[in-house]
Amino acid sequence: MPGQEIPAESRVNYLNASYGVKSWLLTTDHKRIALLYLGSITLMFFVGGFFAVMMRLHLIEPQGALVAPETYNKLFTMHGVIMVFFFLVPSIPATLGNFLVPMMIGARDLAFPRLNLLSWYIYIIGAAFTLYAVISGGVDTGWTFYTPYSSTFSHTSVIPTALGVFITGFSSILTGLNFVVTIHKMRAPGLTWFRLPLFIWAMYATSIIFILGTPVIAITLFLLGLERLLHIGIFDPAIGGDPILFQHMFWFYSHPAVYIMILPGMGVMSELITCFSRKRIFGYTFVAFSSLAIAIISFLVWGHHMFVTGQSIYAGLIFSVLSFLVAIPSAVKVFNWTATLYKGSISYDAPMLYALGFIGLFTMGGLTGLFLASLATDVHLSGTYFIVAHFHYIMVGGAVMAYLGGIHFWWPKITGRMYPDGWARFAALVIFVGFNLTFFPQFVLGYLGMPRRYAVYPGEFQVLNVMSSAGASILGIGYLIPLIYLLWSIRYGPIAGPNPWGAKGLEWETPSPPPTENFEEIPVVTQDAYDYANVGGSRV
Amino acid sequence: MSEMAMHGAHPPGFKHQFEDMEQQREAGSLGMWVFLVTEIMFFGGLFATYIIYRTLYLTAFEEGSRLLNVKFGAANTAVLIGSSLTMALAIHAAQAGKKKSEQVMYLVLTMILGALFLFLKFNYEWRADYHEHLIPGFGFIIRPEWGAAGTHVPLYFCFYFFMTGLHAMHMIIGFGILGTLTVMAQRNRFNSEYYAPLEVSGLYWHFVDIVWIFLFPLLYLIGGRFALPGVH
Amino acid sequence: MMTGLMQTGFTDLAAAVATIPIHPTSASSIADSVDHLYYFLTAITLFFTFAIFATIFFFMVKFRRRSPDEQPADTTTHLALELTWTIVPTLITVVIFVWASSLYFENSRPPEAATEIFVVGKQWMWHIQHPEGPREINELHVPVNAPVKITMTSDDVIHDFYIPAFRVKKDAVPGRYTSLWFQATKIGTYHIFCAQYCGADHAEMIGWVYVMSPTDYAAWLSGGARNETMAQTGERLFTQLGCVTCHVADNTGRGPSLVGLYGKQEKLRNGDTKLVDEALIRQAIVTPNSIILPNYPPIMPTFQGQINEEQVLQLIAYVKSLGTEERKTNGK
Repeated sequence: MPGQEIPAESRVNYLNASYGVKSWLLTTDHKRIALLYLGSITLMFFVGGFFAVMMRLHLIEPQGALVAPETYNKLFTMHGVIMVFFFLVPSIPATLGNFLVPMMIGARDLAFPRLNLLSWYIYIIGAAFTLYAVISGGVDTGWTFYTPYSSTFSHTSVIPTALGVFITGFSSILTGLNFVVTIHKMRAPGLTWFRLPLFIWAMYATSIIFILGTPVIAITLFLLGLERLLHIGIFDPAIGGDPILFQHMFWFYSHPAVYIMILPGMGVMSELITCFSRKRIFGYTFVAFSSLAIAIISFLVWGHHMFVTGQSIYAGLIFSVLSFLVAIPSAVKVFNWTATLYKGSISYDAPMLYALGFIGLFTMGGLTGLFLASLATDVHLSGTYFIVAHFHYIMVGGAVMAYLGGIHFWWPKITGRMYPDGWARFAALVIFVGFNLTFFPQFVLGYLGMPRRYAVYPGEFQVLNVMSSAGASILGIGYLIPLIYLLWSIRYGPIAGPNPWGAKGLEWETPSPPPTENFEEIPVVTQDAYDYANVGGSRV
Repeated sequence: MSEMAMHGAHPPGFKHQFEDMEQQREAGSLGMWVFLVTEIMFFGGLFATYIIYRTLYLTAFEEGSRLLNVKFGAANTAVLIGSSLTMALAIHAAQAGKKKSEQVMYLVLTMILGALFLFLKFNYEWRADYHEHLIPGFGFIIRPEWGAAGTHVPLYFCFYFFMTGLHAMHMIIGFGILGTLTVMAQRNRFNSEYYAPLEVSGLYWHFVDIVWIFLFPLLYLIGGRFALPGVH
Repeated sequence: MMTGLMQTGFTDLAAAVATIPIHPTSASSIADSVDHLYYFLTAITLFFTFAIFATIFFFMVKFRRRSPDEQPADTTTHLALELTWTIVPTLITVVIFVWASSLYFENSRPPEAATEIFVVGKQWMWHIQHPEGPREINELHVPVNAPVKITMTSDDVIHDFYIPAFRVKKDAVPGRYTSLWFQATKIGTYHIFCAQYCGADHAEMIGWVYVMSPTDYAAWLSGGARNETMAQTGERLFTQLGCVTCHVADNTGRGPSLVGLYGKQEKLRNGDTKLVDEALIRQAIVTPNSIILPNYPPIMPTFQGQINEEQVLQLIAYVKSLGTEERKTNGK
């Protein structure tokens, strides 16, 4: 309880161990690097969000209310590039993952702290290239960079953007490498694989995708940039190259990348659900292995993005059946989280509201994926707003909800302060309502046949577009509220104490904020994860 | 870094986040293996597309392959295998606790062989290709004698230069690593207790070597020059 | 718009909500069957979403924390339950997969009798040619209750030909031919959209399908100023471009005769045997050196850059018109 603790200011922790800009920019402490990431991705989130707001405002009128079509094309491209590569992919792994992986496994730091700092700098360099592309006139290829439009026909800053994404890829690879080695080699004594928190399993699965997938998109974008530069290359139809091959290579990474965005969210979910229902997770092994199953199967389903490109019917059948298969482990997770609540002691603190929001939105997002894995309906729905709605339900409704839930859950650990709970619950509600109002109408728009990436559209689609835009304004406000009260809490929030939620897990056994070395003595683990039934709360 | 790295009684090179030297060595080695998996995917994407296109445009790719200089390719293969040997000897020297001069000698030898590879590649192969207008994007000229396959020959050369270029880039990075290791060896940093940087860099160097072992037959040998007459 | 919505009364709002479209027009022979699958999937989605929401809500109320130090009993794992909710969703997806795939399989095979219409996507318009001759831009006239096969390609980037009312869509890819088919069932006018982002005016690359009664369609076909079939235009082009000087009908020219070539299996010099179809004829025109016949020298110049994709299609139509009879006598 607050008050019994030594005030955070008077104790040496990772935040006040040293001062000055240099102590941050040259830090090798995983917790400080996590905060560097948190700052940078929050900035990118609001830049990307700004483009989204502009788009929704523009679409209030069928003939376009705001900008020229060329500008609109740049808006959705930069929204996509920034949100996918510079916010969603690094979001949970680089912030919460960086902060928590060593703490949860009882280590003093990641295996390679300098590499960790290097990956942040790589991210910043990549982001700088992309922001340069934005300033130098923007890019209009769509975040998917399809050839031959991107290689030959676009007149915008394709090379700086592709280079930015290429560079940032290495930041992901290094983070993944660091996590895999850390989880393999640096677990505290007694912390066996099946005692690991499920967040760690999720991070491990995510890292596998980072390691196996990212190099493929790196090489693809490299080839694309080279082709644009030299006016000749392997996707060029003039010398027999195949523009569809680009899509194969692109989606070989970018479909697993979807799971890079959602798997960490699922990991956060398992932590939140257990803590706020005071229950051990239902079906630990099923939840753990479903993460690995998702990571592996996700590499075999890329062709479902290409059902209407003229790929062979038989290829379509195989990709379709595998896409259904990848849905099963996700469903298993949802059922297990729900079952965990059974006979629990459920409280409604803000992180839990985000978690429950996640389950609802992710369920919707996942089930609408069935429409797109089904060949016959995908023909009608692909390339329409149905797709847009579906992946926003997964990536925003799912991943961003989980990210915010995680930030709210570990905020007291990160900063040592509590935020105003009422405001946090209010924000969760506003985001949930705003989100559904924004994206539900887009399912209907897609079924009606409105294609995505349209700067102007036939009048019959206006009502639903206006609803979506109205929702977007609510959603935008919803995202600003946490920014304000979380910043406020850093200075004025009440002292949190080491474990304000009564949560299990090694990270909660350190003071808040934790000292630089995390643990004075490396703990010895004797219990399973989420052992809430063990009264008293303290381990050993 | 150094004030973070040194912890009182710990051996030199020990990093604070580890429990002991053994854990640190294992982590370093696993890290490099994981990195090499990434590298395999990196080159794997290129190899896969190369094989797809080669199947589609077999004649063109064979025409292209015939224009490569197998003599230099073979010489370079030998040079690289030699450099892998000297690299292994450098590691062995540290492991066996040999004098620093021996470590430095093998490292410098590895660098010389690496430089020789790049010299042969740049000066004899690529320069000739440039003069013969075989570099796509730099005045490539389709020759009439390729006949039917002519349109697709540039595709072969796109792959040739992407793949060997990427490989050369890895060689240059390896060169930088070897330079650092040489300085470290000169400063007596390695002994039979601590030689992880050498070992891990060795893995990288051997990997770059193996990539070439795949590139050489794929680009220079199969089909083209050494095809049996009449077999396509 | 926003303030307008707020000013309307509540009943007006309810009336306005009722007019929000939620179902697209269905006007093709496959539309209903696709919709049925869509409804089934919607039912599944609603059922599971509702079931999970309801369960969570029930648990939230029933098992809410009643005192700060409440201690629930430990979780017990339950293998049978785990297996049930792994196997049941798997079975449901198998049903969906079989249903969706068999439907897709049926829908992707055009009937033999389908009329072929050619579409070329070009930034940012659709060029459409009927074999009977008429050419249109961003408009497609088709007869009702008759199967139509659309064969398409692109002159520049990847486009996508999409008719929502027919539930059909296919990418138009540069350098290759793709196709879709439909049979319109209702007379009327329906949207054509480009559904693959293709640059600045992507959103303007839209048009209309006019589904007409057979008599109206016949009248429309015979109207119009020039009445030349695609094959005739192709023949004119064949003469203009000088193809005719080498490809002589009685096989006495420097190139092979094209009579009866379409649909045949042709042995090439490199030993491959290839079916002469649209794609191969296109390849022969654009990159002639990639298809060499055994007894002819590789002397044909490329026509890449000299003629556009529409003209390629006209030449193909001409070659096909030379070959139809031969194809019939050869059988399948």
